[in-house]
Amino acid sequence: MKEMATYRELLARVKSEIDEVGAAEARERHGDALFVDVREREEWEEGVVPGAVHVPRGQLESRIEGLVPDRSRELVLYCSGGSRSAFAAKALQDLGYENVTSLTGGFTDWKRNGFPVEAPRSLSPDQRRRYSRHLLIPEVGEAGQERLLGGRVLLIGAGGLGSPASLYLAAAGVGTLGIVDADVVDDSNLQRQIVHSTETLGEAKVDSAKRTIQALNPDVEVKTYEERLTSENVERIFGEGWDVIVDGADNFPTRYLVNDASVWHGIPVVHGSIYRFEGQVTVFNPGEGPCYRCLFPTPPPPELAPSCAEGGVLGVLPGIVGSLQANEALKLVLGIGESLQGRLLLLDALGTTIDEVSVQRDPSCPVCGEHPTITEYVDYVEFCAGVGR
Amino acid sequence: MTKVRIPPTLRNEVGGERELVGVGDTVREVLEDISGRYPALEAQLFEEGGLAPFVNVYVGGEDVRTLDGLETRVNGASMILLPAMAGGAPASPAALGSRRAEPGSAERSPRWTALRREGRATHCPSLLRLPATRRVPGRDAC
Repeated sequence: MKEMATYRELLARVKSEIDEVGAAEARERHGDALFVDVREREEWEEGVVPGAVHVPRGQLESRIEGLVPDRSRELVLYCSGGSRSAFAAKALQDLGYENVTSLTGGFTDWKRNGFPVEAPRSLSPDQRRRYSRHLLIPEVGEAGQERLLGGRVLLIGAGGLGSPASLYLAAAGVGTLGIVDADVVDDSNLQRQIVHSTETLGEAKVDSAKRTIQALNPDVEVKTYEERLTSENVERIFGEGWDVIVDGADNFPTRYLVNDASVWHGIPVVHGSIYRFEGQVTVFNPGEGPCYRCLFPTPPPPELAPSCAEGGVLGVLPGIVGSLQANEALKLVLGIGESLQGRLLLLDALGTTIDEVSVQRDPSCPVCGEHPTITEYVDYVEFCAGVGR
Repeated sequence: MTKVRIPPTLRNEVGGERELVGVGDTVREVLEDISGRYPALEAQLFEEGGLAPFVNVYVGGEDVRTLDGLETRVNGASMILLPAMAGGAPASPAALGSRRAEPGSAERSPRWTALRREGRATHCPSLLRLPATRRVPGRDAC
């Protein structure tokens, strides 16, 4: 017959098989080690060790690999008194985690020592339902959703690309969306610009988009800029603290202006462009990867660069490209995955192919290179017209 | 034999083809081979004997500017020609401003090229100009 053990005996055995750490020593490791709070939600909501991730004991084994893929990472597990975290530490050891300790005395002892405690931000029950499919993804989870809700994304253009991008970013719960567009909704827009509708014909695009976005998700604050981005207003608009810019502009002067301003403000740009059946998507991350001028030092002459208004575009193409832009923007806000930095995706909707070419930082780039020659806004119209070249 | 992907904006120059096959060991030889068959392409690809600065050429997914330029050997890899595309939110003519070239300008390349050499051509929205007081005449933005 199998030997029976009492709870106390089992706990003692588990504690003998794991490493434990006292509050004072844990305090010294705070900052290097990742603290994992294994308590229940109600306990967690009353206060946590700053920076701790919350994984209730019952979900630990199923979620930890997504949250901490590196099994050599130093982990300090805590519960309220040090028992549940002991069992949790044993479970993680069994999963192959090599550097796990359990906080003896738990959060209670940590608090009694006067060590730092913070109130966790937490989602409302409504938000927990709305974003439940995000909360289930280990790479997003509650912490990621809170990042999204605190995220700020600026969209240049509320047209073909800005429509799907703004809708998906809003649905995902990006807390603040800025939209720059001076145009009004025209009936020729509605073949692809799905953030607008027949009802908003003639309205400012920023207002039309704001209405649709807020109907989709009232969590999102929409800041509208009913103006065309220029050298005169770019500092004011970019200076409002954006995490990511989604560039869906329709002309080269704006593209180069967005580039220069984003390099100087250090804001990553998710770039998308479309024509007929073909699209291009990439990410320009100042200081980390190439910028738009590294990729295209010189804009093409107009016969090589007709706009969609001149050459046309398949309605669904901006849906695909704008959604890819939203995906890149979400990853940048969340700080997960691998962005398109250094890679340009080339989509051909007619052949349904996706190619990828590499984009490298140009050391001689006039804006982000080693010895920049452009350090203030230029006349982007003259630049695109080739004056002085 | 090297496959060369033609971007939509250059297809008028090659009879609507999406892909051409060129012969040659280097990027220059392949491009000269297809330009020989489609002379209209040559004006868009080459400038003063070199590659036009507004066209990117990739061999095996790498920008030839980071390799040996026109002398890059193709070694059986496929090539992609790629000019920048502006397209995104379409703008109404009113929003684009009066300095925008008329749609017909796409057919007037030689004239535009001549104007550009003189520094008089533009196809850009007027609202992106700096105020006259802040302009640097003839400034080389590159």
